[in-house]
Amino acid sequence: MARNLSMKDAINEALDQEMAKDPTVIVMGEDIVGGSGSPGEDDAWGGVLGVTKGLHAKHGDRLMDTPLSESAYIGAAIGASTCGLRPVAELMFLDFMGVCFDQIFNQAAKFRYMFGGKAETPVTIRAMVGAGFRAAAQHSQMLTPIFTHIPGLKVVCASNAYDAKGLLIQSIRDNDPVIFCEHKNLYAHESDVPEESYTIPFGEANIVREGSDVTIVGYGLMVHRASEAAQMLAKEGIDCEIVDLRTLSPIDTDSVIESVENTGRLVCVDEANPRCSIAADVAATVSQEAFGSLKAAPRLVTAPHTPVPFSPALEDLYIPSADSIADAVRKTMAA
Amino acid sequence: MSESKITPVLMPKWGLSMKQGVLVDWLVDEGAEIGVGDEIMEVETDKIASAVEAADAGLLRRRVGEAGETYPVRALLGVLAPSEVSDDDIDAFIAAYEVPTDEDEDEASSPTYEFTDTAAGRLRYARRGDEGPAVVLVHGFGGDLDNWLFNIDALAQRARVYALDLPGHGQSTKTLSEPNLDGLAAALREFLAAVEVDSAHLVGHSMGAAVAAKLACDNPDMVQSLTLISPAGLGQDINAAYIDGFVSAASRRELKPVLLHLFADTDLVTRSLVDDLLKYKRIDGVHDALQQLAANLFAEGTQQDVLAPKIEALGKDTLVIWGTADQVIPAAHAHSIGSAKVELIDSAGHMVQMEQAGRVNELILDHVCG
Repeated sequence: MARNLSMKDAINEALDQEMAKDPTVIVMGEDIVGGSGSPGEDDAWGGVLGVTKGLHAKHGDRLMDTPLSESAYIGAAIGASTCGLRPVAELMFLDFMGVCFDQIFNQAAKFRYMFGGKAETPVTIRAMVGAGFRAAAQHSQMLTPIFTHIPGLKVVCASNAYDAKGLLIQSIRDNDPVIFCEHKNLYAHESDVPEESYTIPFGEANIVREGSDVTIVGYGLMVHRASEAAQMLAKEGIDCEIVDLRTLSPIDTDSVIESVENTGRLVCVDEANPRCSIAADVAATVSQEAFGSLKAAPRLVTAPHTPVPFSPALEDLYIPSADSIADAVRKTMAA
Repeated sequence: MSESKITPVLMPKWGLSMKQGVLVDWLVDEGAEIGVGDEIMEVETDKIASAVEAADAGLLRRRVGEAGETYPVRALLGVLAPSEVSDDDIDAFIAAYEVPTDEDEDEASSPTYEFTDTAAGRLRYARRGDEGPAVVLVHGFGGDLDNWLFNIDALAQRARVYALDLPGHGQSTKTLSEPNLDGLAAALREFLAAVEVDSAHLVGHSMGAAVAAKLACDNPDMVQSLTLISPAGLGQDINAAYIDGFVSAASRRELKPVLLHLFADTDLVTRSLVDDLLKYKRIDGVHDALQQLAANLFAEGTQQDVLAPKIEALGKDTLVIWGTADQVIPAAHAHSIGSAKVELIDSAGHMVQMEQAGRVNELILDHVCG
């Protein structure tokens, strides 16, 4: 039965159901059980924003708090995944991934390739992404392009609670390493979520809105900004189609191209920095594969090439807004 | 007070999730005398578009809703009243009308879903109507009780209507102890026992019609009559490309062309319809359930259970309804039960109960209530 659930609760439910179904699923990370200094499971906070709350009481020691050493526990999770477990490691903020790049890039991402396709690394690494949380430059980045760049990694970034549950269950059941990005400003966002377990296949974009004039491609929080922009633009007579990529690796290029073949115009929105972004990648692919369909040059709406500002006023300006997306759409319509 | 003679025409509520609809166009003019079941307006939601049939008879004195505008469910769209009611009274009625809120609705007879635990597992169903004979609606392969969206309320005006999700479907259990016609008919029998219906008029669509017919053959005393809509079970032919495509499609791009087979008017295959079916197909257990049912019921494009001679031998009142543009099961099967009443409906495909709901509702009520 479907109910309205927040994205945070949907993620919690996905972890809960997979742990109940499959005894090889374990969860590890910083403060995911008790929170720093907590007296025990009764008081368990369940992670820095409470996403894993209640799971320790149900599944006990299959959830473990780790030391503040990302390189150690991400490495441990990857190692455990090659030896029969399906670990879900929570890295808190994706920004911290830098200290465990070797484990992720050179080990987990390469095992299947370097062992002749015989090795499987069914590890899921969950981490918060995105700005707007007043958490400053080291806790607010949208580092999705960095992971998307590495062959052997799968990269997921859900825009809503329904997708988050289905994509996380798929991530846990998947036999390759998955970087599962959770936008912290979407944790409270609610949508209809079935109680039963379900999976959403990787590499299948979601057409959030159908339109005939311009294709807006985005993921995560940007899908919502694009929807706001589309509502504004509808009043001006501009009909936007919105493609939510859902997974960045693999990426559903077919759906994007199919959409651009209908609309002839493309605006790529990305909360990441502009250079080598998902937006740049999609624009390049469409330019190469569907140039003949384009009536105007693709436009990119991204964060600027700067760190995320600490000043709230500047941080709000930093994140692509419905207005900046609408402006880009108007420009491509005028071109 | 003349208000008692005034009858409102409201924005319908099709299914639990509908909050608002667009009044696409009026199909009748002010001053028209309307009969129950007449198509009076076109309404479109984000899920589906359909003609709305009048729930009440009367003289259409006022069209309140404007074509092209969006209105909440149960908003006042028109006013029926006899000619002796004054325009002032009608104006006063319109001015005083308030759209019921969600809380009001829950107390009224809005279509809520219920669950019952049976020997066949947990089954979801909807129940509408308080009086008249018991009518049970059984959906087809891959469907659910919302396939009866345009039928359940109309039928409930003269009958006690139940619509269930078969095991493996909708929000019922996805575990099929026996993934074949026997198992589904047994589940229907368990359902009737669970809701304490001793015998009922069974209305089945497609595979659901075969399930209803199978129950009638196994337990004739539980079945008062059969209405078989685009039924399976009357002949061997079935569109294998549809069945296999429906089972295997994992994405919107794969599923949409398959669903085009279901309707004569392919505009009815909306993004929302495709998305809802994908959401269902992604639930754990659904793929296995569909695969097993398809293998046991429709192996290699041939229906394995042909019940027509048995149905004929039962001697139950049987009505067969078929859309002549059916691309899933050929309408040529319609005449395989010699004793049955057969109604063929033009410009309708396999989902004839959705595409030509008014006509189908009328036929069912005639058949069931006489």
